[in-house]
Amino acid sequence: MVLSTQSLCKKFGSLEVARDISINLPAGARYALIGPNGAGKTTFINLVTGQLKPDSGRILLDGQDITRTGTADRVRKGLTRTFQINRLFPELTPLESVTLAVCEREGVSANFWRGLSAHRDAIEEGFAILSRLGLADVATRPTRQLAYGQQRLVEIALALATKPKVLLLDEPAAGVPKDESAMLFKVVANLPEDIAVLFIEHDMEIVFSFATQVIVLVGGAVLLQAGPDEVKEDPRVREVYLGSAHV
Amino acid sequence: MTHNQTSAIVESPARWIRSRNRWTIFEILFWIATLAPLYFFPAYLNLASQVAITALFALSVDLVLGYAGIITLGHAMFFGLGAFTAGILSSRYVWGEPISGLLLGGMVAALAGYVTSFLIVRVQHLALIMVTLGLGLLTFELANSLRWLTGGTDGLTGISTWKIFGYFRFDLWGYTSYAYSLAVLFLGFLICRLVVSSSFGLALRGIRENVQRMPAIGSDYKWHLRKVYTISAAIAGIAGALLTQTTNTVTLEVLSFQRSADVVVMLILGGTGRLYGAIIGAVIFLVAKDQLAGINPQYWFLWIGILLMAVVLFMPKGILGGLSRLIRRED
Repeated sequence: MVLSTQSLCKKFGSLEVARDISINLPAGARYALIGPNGAGKTTFINLVTGQLKPDSGRILLDGQDITRTGTADRVRKGLTRTFQINRLFPELTPLESVTLAVCEREGVSANFWRGLSAHRDAIEEGFAILSRLGLADVATRPTRQLAYGQQRLVEIALALATKPKVLLLDEPAAGVPKDESAMLFKVVANLPEDIAVLFIEHDMEIVFSFATQVIVLVGGAVLLQAGPDEVKEDPRVREVYLGSAHV
Repeated sequence: MTHNQTSAIVESPARWIRSRNRWTIFEILFWIATLAPLYFFPAYLNLASQVAITALFALSVDLVLGYAGIITLGHAMFFGLGAFTAGILSSRYVWGEPISGLLLGGMVAALAGYVTSFLIVRVQHLALIMVTLGLGLLTFELANSLRWLTGGTDGLTGISTWKIFGYFRFDLWGYTSYAYSLAVLFLGFLICRLVVSSSFGLALRGIRENVQRMPAIGSDYKWHLRKVYTISAAIAGIAGALLTQTTNTVTLEVLSFQRSADVVVMLILGGTGRLYGAIIGAVIFLVAKDQLAGINPQYWFLWIGILLMAVVLFMPKGILGGLSRLIRRED
């Protein structure tokens, strides 16, 4: 398993936002994390990536305990996320943004005595990532000028620049019109096969066509983990989440 | 984006990055123009030296404020530390060699910057302003109470600065002072330009644009902040030492809150995060002060206040930001 959580628990006061969550992500996984609003999906990602500290439980990356490791260190070890609401660098161009992420990964961003253009490999790698996501044409415009869907792609490009082993996508298509969101998920589906991907998504059509496994989270606890077909048919899932009329 | 531009980037994105950082004709003309006081305005050479020194100080503040987004109201502490270091070196230890005085002033300030940077990176927003303000005031009072070392309210006298490279004597008219100040300003500018155009400079802009995202791309951004704060303190210290050496006096004024606040006003006037804004801001501020104080010595700050409000209202990115927008629109 590339990523495992063992009995993760977290309380905000008396509210249990994570209850005994244990999941395993194998290499190359395409897993979806679903659940009604307030089920604790984003909280779970915050726990795994270190924005929140769990009250108990362990997180293992490649068998190594990272429960007490800081966020930036986890990223450098290969555990990266994207955000539901864009967290980009508005005045930087996508090329600069992604190059920055590559430079941080390569440990050259502390270098203040050589011009940025001397880090040719980093710039070219950054541009290659953008090209793969179809952003070559807008690579040199300030990010804030990009269309919203393109900004969602920059989110993913920034994550890819860290060379993740595990990629946690928090609603990659949030706020994107339905026809464009399918396009975004094609990008997700075409991510390098060795990356383990866990994504949060509300659109069940997308979940069932892109995920090989679906984890259902309700009230901070895992209700069920199964293949899409089984999840679709599960009466408990229908009841708490999908609504009886849906699917 | 036209097709041609796109294909040029595809060919070499690194070249595109480099092209953004090339020296422009405006920059070259600007630096040639800085020689004008030597030939055309010899009566204003002392003012010109003041401007060059203050511009160097403003550059150091632009690094932290304009690029890394650290809002400071206490940067005079580093300027003053450099000034007093050079002054004490000369008046107490009878060492007036200018270059080593500059370097030592920069080093003392850098050390103070490094130590305080651990505090700086722990706070943000209003708390950050208060911490920088508090550190500045503390340093001022510390210098005030260490009379035996700093001369207290009387300041330091008996400073004499030796010939530069053992050759160029400081003359009465200020030719040497200005040439020396300008040369140090230019070197300081080159260092700042290198810093902001490096991968480190890109990381600083990332911090300014979205500090919360930085850990998520694997960045230990607090280390970046400590580093830029130290570099900035060193440059401010060199500017302070330069003031001591060109005026042969140091008073507590070098550590004053007024100096910390003035430099922020200059940056806002000129435009933050673009280096030249710091220099232009210093020129406008000090020339206006000189001219307006000639008209009415009591109320000159009134006009600076009006100018400041006009700039903030109509050119939120400073005078240089407003100009560059005008030029781009005409293209």
